Amino acid sequence: MTQKIDQVTNLGQPGPKGSGNRSSKLPDKTNDFAIRFATVNGTGSASANNLLLKAIFRMGIPVSGKNLFPSNIQGLPTWYEIRVNGSGFTSRANTFDLVVAMNTQTYETDIASVRSGGYLIYDSSWFIPPQILREDINFFGVPFSTLFAEEFPESRERILMRNIGYAGAVAAAITLDLDVISELLDETYSGNERIRNSNHRALELGYNYAMENFNCPLPIRLERIDKNADKILIDGNTATALGCIYAGATVAAWYPITPATSVAENFTKLCSRYRRETITLEDGTTETRSNFIVLQAEDELAALGMVVGASWAGARAFTSTSGPGISLMNEILGLAYYTEIPAVIIDVQRTGPSTGMPTRVQQADIMECAYASHGDTKHILLFPANPEECFHFTVKAFDLAEHFQTPVIVLSDLDIGMNDWVVSNLTWDDNYNWDRGRVLTAEDLKTIPKFYRYADEDADFVTPRTLPGISVKGAYFNRGSGHDRLGAYTESPEGYIQVVDRLAKKHKAAANYVPKPVIELKDGARHGVITLGSCEMAVKEAIVRLESDGLALDYLRVCGFPFSDEVKHFIDTHEFTVVVEQNRDAQLRSLLILETETPPTKLRSVLSYGGFPICADDVVDGLLNELKD
Amino acid sequence: MPSIRKPLIPLAPHATNALGLTVRDYEGTMSTLCAGCGHDSITAAIVQTFFELDTPPEQIAKLSGIGCSSKTPTYFVSGAHGFNSVHGRMPPIVTGANAANRSNIYIGISGDGDSLSIGTGHLVHAIRKNVNMVYIIENNGVYGLTKGQFSPTADVGSTTKRGVPNDVPPIDPVELALSLGASFVARSFSGDKRQLIPILKAAVEHHGFALIDVISPCIQFNNHQGSTKSYKYMREHELNEIDSVFLRSSAQITAELPADSKVSVTMHDGSVLMFRTLPEHYDPRDRNAAMNYIYQAKASGEIPTGLLYIDRELSDIHDLNQTVDEPLINLPLEKLCPGNSALVKFQESFR
Repeated sequence: MTQKIDQVTNLGQPGPKGSGNRSSKLPDKTNDFAIRFATVNGTGSASANNLLLKAIFRMGIPVSGKNLFPSNIQGLPTWYEIRVNGSGFTSRANTFDLVVAMNTQTYETDIASVRSGGYLIYDSSWFIPPQILREDINFFGVPFSTLFAEEFPESRERILMRNIGYAGAVAAAITLDLDVISELLDETYSGNERIRNSNHRALELGYNYAMENFNCPLPIRLERIDKNADKILIDGNTATALGCIYAGATVAAWYPITPATSVAENFTKLCSRYRRETITLEDGTTETRSNFIVLQAEDELAALGMVVGASWAGARAFTSTSGPGISLMNEILGLAYYTEIPAVIIDVQRTGPSTGMPTRVQQADIMECAYASHGDTKHILLFPANPEECFHFTVKAFDLAEHFQTPVIVLSDLDIGMNDWVVSNLTWDDNYNWDRGRVLTAEDLKTIPKFYRYADEDADFVTPRTLPGISVKGAYFNRGSGHDRLGAYTESPEGYIQVVDRLAKKHKAAANYVPKPVIELKDGARHGVITLGSCEMAVKEAIVRLESDGLALDYLRVCGFPFSDEVKHFIDTHEFTVVVEQNRDAQLRSLLILETETPPTKLRSVLSYGGFPICADDVVDGLLNELKD
Repeated sequence: MPSIRKPLIPLAPHATNALGLTVRDYEGTMSTLCAGCGHDSITAAIVQTFFELDTPPEQIAKLSGIGCSSKTPTYFVSGAHGFNSVHGRMPPIVTGANAANRSNIYIGISGDGDSLSIGTGHLVHAIRKNVNMVYIIENNGVYGLTKGQFSPTADVGSTTKRGVPNDVPPIDPVELALSLGASFVARSFSGDKRQLIPILKAAVEHHGFALIDVISPCIQFNNHQGSTKSYKYMREHELNEIDSVFLRSSAQITAELPADSKVSVTMHDGSVLMFRTLPEHYDPRDRNAAMNYIYQAKASGEIPTGLLYIDRELSDIHDLNQTVDEPLINLPLEKLCPGNSALVKFQESFR
């Protein structure tokens, strides 16, 4: 008994350099390793984690940060994972070279998650139960609590600074450029000298302790390269909101929901920056006025109702939500589809049916969104793979919604939406002109004998619409009940069929307008891999790894629905294709079978649906399993 | 079928309004509701209101949910855009439309099932947001289109056609609206056009959410002996003590100024709402007084009608959001899209 306790106590004392080293040792992992931070949510660890992520980004190295947080405000375990990869493969890692264990509640899992030969930084002020110790990893104890209690007597500040302290220790362990991180602190706290100084002090405390006591440099080491010159570090929800701004959306209606909340919140913030103008009143005084309205609705159903009302009136309008919101919106989605009113819906997907796991990721709304609402309905879907695409696809969504006079759903997800991704600089073509679709003005109406809402279809099977307030001649009665091509109420089979058949053709026509699939072909590949959205990084890494083992695979990432002919051609030209996606029921595979008339035997599945972002290792294993026979 | 056109019978020449339009220009297609339906009287009052207010038909946007009442927008102002949406969801549709284009006149027609059962959540929030619109509940206490089930406004003890009494307490839309802080609350009776038209006019001119609960008997399913929403019951229990007139132009105001006018409210466009008679100690600008009056009348089995409460100072949805005067739909892309240079600058903080 005493023996065991001594062992733990010894771990608390780092002792001479190299203490804690065991037999296994990591190979050189310069610019290729993963770190996991285990903390308690609500303690302010996000700023320390982001500091490290951004500092690595500034060293020119491809990096990702994944926040695995609970659906809770304070007190539950939370993890943050950073993967550094010089080659640019930054999908989520599932073993970690370094784990920072700052949460005693989760010591057991955290210690278990360290790669053999890897490192564990922990607060040696606390006790580690001996049964969870491992011989094959290196324990680096830093007495954070004791150290910081002396330096920061005020308790809230001590908790926050302890986080910066572990960032300092990690910086030392991975040879992060201290100047870069100091500069970041200066920028972040430029307005508050006291906080800035505290942060610097905390950083140095952790850094210096590690430098004196760890066996630095370790095999997990950063080395400055230059891969981020034209890159930014941004989350998808911010990029989406920016897309809404650039597309000229003026009405947003939403209901708070994880993980979509920050789309509407960022839109509001961006509007206050770009959409406010000062006007001079008659009496010479000035007033600041808004070129937008953000409506916080009573529920998601109402949110989409507001969007449809605004679009009917002629504005570019959108709502942002997640799966549970889409469930509620089904009713209005059918109304908008059948009455042909544009609507942009951002679905930041999360895990599960019902409430499910709100802070976890999945791509499980594919089928629901494709055919949302009762009756025969089909919608246009866009599948961004990263924040850069969130920006561009969101703009595209508005153009498509107005061009085709129908709802367009952008299927982002929690991983893309809420995590920071390294992506190319966002660029904007100042010659962009919005596609408002076929909207007749009062002048246009003068040139035609009579206006009928659902007649006079064009090559894309779109008919002209008019906006309220324009002209008596353009007035029509928009109705979700049965209507014929003249817009009149109908209960006749012919009248009904004529309209819904055109709607089906219109949906099909959109296949040539949604973003083209991304295709990468390899010499000698007999099999294909199809994926979508945030799986991209993990799938591409898996394909490269399998190729180096002599297994060539062709790659296609679908970017929109309805599927274009390239998708069907890709499936047709391979013996079979494996569809990689993040849901239980192989929803993309099902949609492909239904919509491309592919025999089910030609499509196999690799699925990841536990709620954490997909890992390349799992894709490699899954693909090998499907391809072995 | 709502597409049935009305026969154009050449009668004596119709009077024209300031726009040179006749009352026929404010009509819609033939009603397909049952003969004697209270809703048709409300439709007629709406037609008369817009005609007399000289409203350009294209400026009107008429919206509804689902149900008998929600069919009626087809029956008035053919020259206006109409939107027959889904059951109970008309308020959010109007909210969005109004946000996008504040220059239209929005009139929403709903029923007691549409507004107070499936759509209650939307109604209360449209009131809270003070969406600038006229909101009419054509209240008959019954689901007509599905043939006679009780609606949420059916009184306890009121019976179905077959004599089955309702035992669930009703929701009173007037009490609900007052408790939510609505800025314009009225109740009327479809059988009383003289009272309804001035209320409708004031509602159109009101800058904010104007709720009008119109008791409108269902001739088919709720006009029998045991009903509390029948013509007979209403004629016996209507308490018509609050009498208002709506005066549009200054000439009209001078000519028709009632000597006994107790309270007058100047609307946003300069027109005046006069209360000719009022019960003692009643001020339609005093929410507490209005609530007390309604509760007391109810206790003695009476249904007070008239424009019960008005607050013309309350900020509407655009005031609250400080939106520009120009309808948002008219803003050009140049004004909305910050352009590439702003994007470059924006991204500086993402490095």
